[in-house]
Amino acid sequence: MINPVNPNSTSMLPAGLRGPWTLLKKELLRFWRVAFQTVAAPVITALLYLLIFSHVLESHVQVYDGVPYTAFLIPGLIMMSVLQNAFANSSSSLIQSKVMGNIVFILLTPLTHVQFFLAFLIASIIRGLVVGFCIYLVAMWFVDLSVANFWWIAAFALLGSALLGTFGIIAGIWADRFDQMAAFQNFIIMPLTFLSGVFYSIHSLPPFWQKVSLLNPFFYMIDGFRYGFFGKGDVSPMFSLIVVGGAFLVLALITLKMLKSGYKLRS
Amino acid sequence: MSLPAIKISGIHKHFGALHALRGIDLTIEQGEFFALLGPNGAGKSTLINILAGLISPSAGNISVMGFDVQSQYQQARQLLGVVPQELVFDPFFNVREMLRFQAGYFGRGRENDVWVDEILEGLGLTDKANTNMRKLSGGMKRRALIAQALAHKPPVVVLDEPTAGVDVELRQMLWEFIKKLNRESHTIILTTHYLEEAEALCNRVAMMKQGKVVALDSTANLLNKFSGKHLRLTLGSVVLPSSVEQLVRHVENGIYTFALDDMAQIEFVLSALRTADIKVLDMQLNEADLEDVFLSLVGNAQNGVRSVS
Repeated sequence: MINPVNPNSTSMLPAGLRGPWTLLKKELLRFWRVAFQTVAAPVITALLYLLIFSHVLESHVQVYDGVPYTAFLIPGLIMMSVLQNAFANSSSSLIQSKVMGNIVFILLTPLTHVQFFLAFLIASIIRGLVVGFCIYLVAMWFVDLSVANFWWIAAFALLGSALLGTFGIIAGIWADRFDQMAAFQNFIIMPLTFLSGVFYSIHSLPPFWQKVSLLNPFFYMIDGFRYGFFGKGDVSPMFSLIVVGGAFLVLALITLKMLKSGYKLRS
Repeated sequence: MSLPAIKISGIHKHFGALHALRGIDLTIEQGEFFALLGPNGAGKSTLINILAGLISPSAGNISVMGFDVQSQYQQARQLLGVVPQELVFDPFFNVREMLRFQAGYFGRGRENDVWVDEILEGLGLTDKANTNMRKLSGGMKRRALIAQALAHKPPVVVLDEPTAGVDVELRQMLWEFIKKLNRESHTIILTTHYLEEAEALCNRVAMMKQGKVVALDSTANLLNKFSGKHLRLTLGSVVLPSSVEQLVRHVENGIYTFALDDMAQIEFVLSALRTADIKVLDMQLNEADLEDVFLSLVGNAQNGVRSVS
């Protein structure tokens, strides 16, 4: 029998990793080639939110004692962009590949469903983090943002982008058309993001809406991420981490099951 | 004895109520140039998609050089290069990048660049290597599609309608390239609508109809089995004598094609026409070709056309 491992390889990577590494590289290049749209545009959008909301509300709202509203707003905006871009990366790549038909180039390869998942997931995380970091750099012009605990920031940025990257894979596999994908974005991602406490603390809401907010996983990602900056939050960061981590695990298992069965990819 | 390149055993495929493949058994040896022929809906692409792992069979199994395409899909896909029928491409990258990615998915790195250059040259794509895929013409995209299937240097290459919609010049160029691959010991499996393509290139042919293989033999044997002459007579609008009617294979615009077993039947037909006072306006005598075999076995209604679509 023929040994399928290439004996002439000069690559430093083990043979088993070269395939998923190539897919990851391709996914990274895909968004980097259009960085004006995938990185610069969300940074500008976040900046506009920052300018308008901070200008209107700075002198009227103070959520935490001693924390100006603009400073309160920035971590929420960063996390919102991280989440939205992580989702956009995997979902748009998959729906485009499916509609264009070029997904077949990946389906014909020996990549396993786990490798497929990891490549799309890591690319989504990286895009989310790149956008988030760029917004952080720009926001530094407006306010001197303290960091109470870097590790909470890192943990929520990573887990949040992983959760939304995974959700994007599910959406990309499920949707057959661009309008179905737009529905995902407009009717699930946007409402959950805007009602998650990016612009306010849920303690400022009526009791009923506070309880509703606690059912929104986005709330825990924003609140935990913000905790890393101010050392203050609406709920315990550990509880938020458990909720976000649990949600990621559930979605990751669903995604892996979909990929293994070939749902909507192989018939 | 070496393992067969492809072994297909008892493959069935149901799409709901449709029984698309009805028990396909086929063995293709290493180094063969094999054609899979059949009209639309015969099940060729379904069979290819099962081989490629894009569709799961309802029953049966397929192996590529001994590796099962389902349970040992990683090994099987390493050995297989598939050229899809649709002209698909990734608009974000240029030709060389796409080939490197495709090779990379199979675990190949920069050491594979020499082979990538060879493919580019063989397919006349060298000067387009740095051109974005979306800027290529249809013919160039078709070449790039073939190049992608070959990027990881697979010993078994499957081409699903590789020359559909390409001009004559490019078709000849692709034929020469595929023949060269076969000479370099790649096993080639071709699905095609163009019967002359199978006749010109392939050593062995399987003809499919309604999910079954209705003929499987070497191209030469199939032609021998159906050896005979075709007499094409331009008669205009006439009523043929019943004695020769059974020999008529095809009628179009007053041109009657008679299938003859031997030369002696020519005189029989002409004599019957003379007796019936039917004037022969023009006459041609042709050898039987793969199209005749195909039409006899598949019984396609579109008699007389070179490409059955």
